Amino acid sequence: MAGSSSSSIMDNLFQRTLDDLIKSMRLQLLTESSFITKSIEDIRREIKSTDPQTKSTALQKLTYLSAIHGVDMSWAAFHVVEVMSSSLFSHKRIGYHAASVSFHDQTPVLLLITNQLRKDLSSTNHFHASLALHCLSTIATLDLARDLTPDLFNLLSSSRVFIRNRAIAVVLRVFDKYPDAVRVCFKRLVENLESSDPQVVTAVVGVFCELSCKDPRSYLPLAPEFYRILVDSKNNWVLIKVLKIFARLAPLEPRLGKRIVEPICEHIRRSGAKSLVFECVRTVITSLSDHESAVKLAVSKIRELLVDQDPNLRYLGLHALSVAAPKHLWAVLENKDAVVKSLDDEDSNIKIESLRLLMAMVSESNVVEISRVLLNYALKSDPEFCNEILGSILTTCGRNVYEIIVDFDWYVSLLGEMATIPHCQKGEEIENQLTDIGMRVKDARLQLVRVARDLLIDPALLGNVYLHRILCASAWVAGEYVELASNPLELIDALVQPRANLLPPSFRAVYINSVLKVLSFCLDCYINQDEGTASSYCSNFAGRHSEMSDVKKDTETPELAATCESSTYEQDEDFNPRHSTAESSDDLSVENGIDRVVTRFSKRNFTHESVVSLLNRIESIFGSLTANQDVEVLERARNILAFVQLIKADIIDNSGQNVDKKYTQVSTVIKSIRDAFSMELGPVSVSAQGRVAVPDGLVLKENLDDLKAICGDTEPPSSSSFYAGGPHFGTTLDASSSNPLKNAESGPSNESTSLLEHRKRHGLYYLASDKSETIPDDYPPANDPKSNSNEADELAKLTEQSLLLRKKTNQMKSRPVVVKLDDGDVAPIPYKRPEPRDSSLSGAIKEALLGSETHQSLSLDKSSTKRKGKKKQGTNIPSEMKENLGDAEKLDPENLNSSSKSKERRRRGKEKIVEGEESDQRGKKKSSHRHGRHKTHQRANSPLNVVSQTPVIPDFLL
Amino acid sequence: MIRAVLVMNTQGKPRLAKFYEFRPVEKQQEIIRNVFAVLCSRPEHVSNFVDAESIFGQDARLVYKHFATLYFVLIFDGSENELAMLDLIQVFVETLDKCFRNVCELDVVFNYSKMHTILDEIIFGGQVLETSSTEVMKAVEEISKLEAASSAINLVSKSVSSWRSR
Repeated sequence: MAGSSSSSIMDNLFQRTLDDLIKSMRLQLLTESSFITKSIEDIRREIKSTDPQTKSTALQKLTYLSAIHGVDMSWAAFHVVEVMSSSLFSHKRIGYHAASVSFHDQTPVLLLITNQLRKDLSSTNHFHASLALHCLSTIATLDLARDLTPDLFNLLSSSRVFIRNRAIAVVLRVFDKYPDAVRVCFKRLVENLESSDPQVVTAVVGVFCELSCKDPRSYLPLAPEFYRILVDSKNNWVLIKVLKIFARLAPLEPRLGKRIVEPICEHIRRSGAKSLVFECVRTVITSLSDHESAVKLAVSKIRELLVDQDPNLRYLGLHALSVAAPKHLWAVLENKDAVVKSLDDEDSNIKIESLRLLMAMVSESNVVEISRVLLNYALKSDPEFCNEILGSILTTCGRNVYEIIVDFDWYVSLLGEMATIPHCQKGEEIENQLTDIGMRVKDARLQLVRVARDLLIDPALLGNVYLHRILCASAWVAGEYVELASNPLELIDALVQPRANLLPPSFRAVYINSVLKVLSFCLDCYINQDEGTASSYCSNFAGRHSEMSDVKKDTETPELAATCESSTYEQDEDFNPRHSTAESSDDLSVENGIDRVVTRFSKRNFTHESVVSLLNRIESIFGSLTANQDVEVLERARNILAFVQLIKADIIDNSGQNVDKKYTQVSTVIKSIRDAFSMELGPVSVSAQGRVAVPDGLVLKENLDDLKAICGDTEPPSSSSFYAGGPHFGTTLDASSSNPLKNAESGPSNESTSLLEHRKRHGLYYLASDKSETIPDDYPPANDPKSNSNEADELAKLTEQSLLLRKKTNQMKSRPVVVKLDDGDVAPIPYKRPEPRDSSLSGAIKEALLGSETHQSLSLDKSSTKRKGKKKQGTNIPSEMKENLGDAEKLDPENLNSSSKSKERRRRGKEKIVEGEESDQRGKKKSSHRHGRHKTHQRANSPLNVVSQTPVIPDFLL
Repeated sequence: MIRAVLVMNTQGKPRLAKFYEFRPVEKQQEIIRNVFAVLCSRPEHVSNFVDAESIFGQDARLVYKHFATLYFVLIFDGSENELAMLDLIQVFVETLDKCFRNVCELDVVFNYSKMHTILDEIIFGGQVLETSSTEVMKAVEEISKLEAASSAINLVSKSVSSWRSR
């Protein structure tokens, strides 16, 4: 005994206090983490001490370390309980603080503190009670809330304001955890609304503000009380909270709006507090948007905010505008100057808000201008904001299956421009939209292929990982719609370029597959033209695509016609000895009528040499890929190789002789390959899978947990296991890539020379320098360097012209057909607010306010002893209480209905009388007043909960 | 309601962290780090609001104020007014100033428990309870007195009891 006490004295004397701990930590003799470890060791020893002083100091240190340095303190939960139970205030405080920091719903020792809390709640020292309330407000669980509700009920009418307003605040947590507490406490809570003490009113209004957040409808009956506060109160904090409540109530009850709109406008005009004015403005634009004059007043206030010096007010002004935008676009348009100016603000919040507002203004008629301006802006802003801009353009334009896009050629080029912006990280969205447009909008495919070609051919883009997805989509587009390409050979060049090995294997596979598509198309053309069917093919083609090629014709014809002629002659000499040159030129002249078709066709006029060299090149390039590590790449490369080997010999052999019957075998092969790709792909409905019947014997809902055990045993297949399959693979591996070092050595040099070649051939060095050649004139490129310099002016111009929602006078083209599926395949229809769940809390509150007729009328009319009895019963037999709750909830709708019906009947005859009664009772003493109000609440609520019959709320407000 | 109050210095070291809904300590530290990363990237003289949904979950907003070497941060939801929260930071700092006479970071570092006492008088369970710094000071002084008295008793009683047990 003596020993332990003396050791505790030693502990006490030499124990570091919290201050010591902080000081020595700041000396930094040890590193922080080792110091903390050491301190925790000390604390673990000290906290076991029997001396309360030592124990509480240790706990204090531990709490500090936990809050500031993130040290776990869950192990000390029991010590916390011990320190809490100390009778000394200083220790108790440490204990309670530790509890509120470290306890949570699953802390086991929570069961032990109920009595301690109860004792402290009823303590005569109001600071003790305050500690307990404070702790309860953060850690109350279902059990604690249930057991302590009676004590809380007493404190709700405490004569000490210090305690009463804390008890009120705790009610929020208690209601949340234990909805049944509503039955006991709700009436007292409401009574406090009429307290003369401003602090109490602040607390109650705060609680109702939080409660109304979850289920506003339940609190409609209290509107008169809130209205009184709105009109009478001078406290801005309370007014703000009341406004928050009204913002939630007003949409539920139109006549409420009429009552509150005037006082709110009065606050806007009179108040000097910016916070209050802003809250009023927000309430008006969110919930009172039908009241014209109020909205006008609010918007005029918003305008004041927008031009304020304080960035906070500017930000909030923009924020308010974006809230108003959906219903009152005029408000945004009126302030467009300020909005556009904010796009240049140094504050990123303000920039983003203004971007949102700009996107809200976008419509069919101005989407082109706004997007162009924004894209210019994106080019010179920081990466984060750049992507913010790109993202919002993409979502706005893609909304509801490209609703606002009329000119898809323009939009597709815009997507291409986006991809070439250096900071662009929106690969996935652009990828999705490129393929999606390809499938949905037939008329956009020509432009899509052009854009894809521009992206694919540029070796610089392959270096940017964010663009890989876009390139992958481009490769798919190029392969799928190759018949629209002006120069398929160029596409093959682009697809097999050396830097394509920078792509991840899955994208590489798409590239290779596209090569197969393009190659088979080229060969098909070659063979058809040799067989003399070229022209018919050609005119077919012309028929199909005449309107599209219009655009291209003017710019390209002369130059291309020349190449066309020369190549045709060449070809004739080589392969078509049967035809004389004269005939051929006749052909040409005949075709001059559809001159553009020749133009188009000429570019894919293949000579025997070019085809053979193409085949050779493909063979050599894909030969090296047969040793690739990735299955997808490997398999597709092998497919291509096999295809090439199958036809190559035939094509080379048939160079000169046997003109008529040549290629019959090859052409059937090629035709069948073409046929495999000829089926057009379309968008797939999200619900498509649902329409597929589940085959017999397939159990979809079976629990697959058992699989875990099986999967755990088997090793995940490593990539090497794919090669173990056949000796053939093994040998290729050995042959070409057994020495990775050698490959690595030879790789880069090979690559760089071929890269140079690629660049030289296509005149590309880094980014394409002259895009005017490939991009038609009517759609100026988005990042036109000319407009870069003065986009402020540009923006200003934009505000003058396009935001007026003017009708576009000369629509160049009608909107092409966009394939949509019947059943709403994509459904990003304007987002829905999640419906507030009808919690047990709201059920309880409804009951407390309305259903009380059946349940509580007795207990209300009788004295509070009855209520106490009920309460005791509740605390002692919780299970029974729960049953009651369950019953009550089950009965609820029934009760409501029946009560409301009967009420309704009664109300008809009684209305005037009750009104008179009410006005009388206003003047009467408190108890009877309360009673009267209760009656009127019932009356008010019954119709609200049945069908919307004549609402009665305004009666209170008269 | 208010979800958290943070005070950290411009190096990102937390000086006070109070969460009004339970979060495991690792999560708390992560939040502090994320908040700091956002704050230190913001230039001077820009707005004091930050969208905190990514850091703190749905509907979370953040207001901060920069005083000398400290950031004062409030995280709250749609039931609070942004400008009022800014005022509340002002109230808190004013109170600290009254309490410590020209408050500086060191005061905040060495008065961990007093900081909490002050904060608890202003914000209770995530709700604003008192906005007058004079009222707060009154309560804080009373609590300090009570604490001092209880520990004085404690010293006497302990020395007596330990003397007896010997």
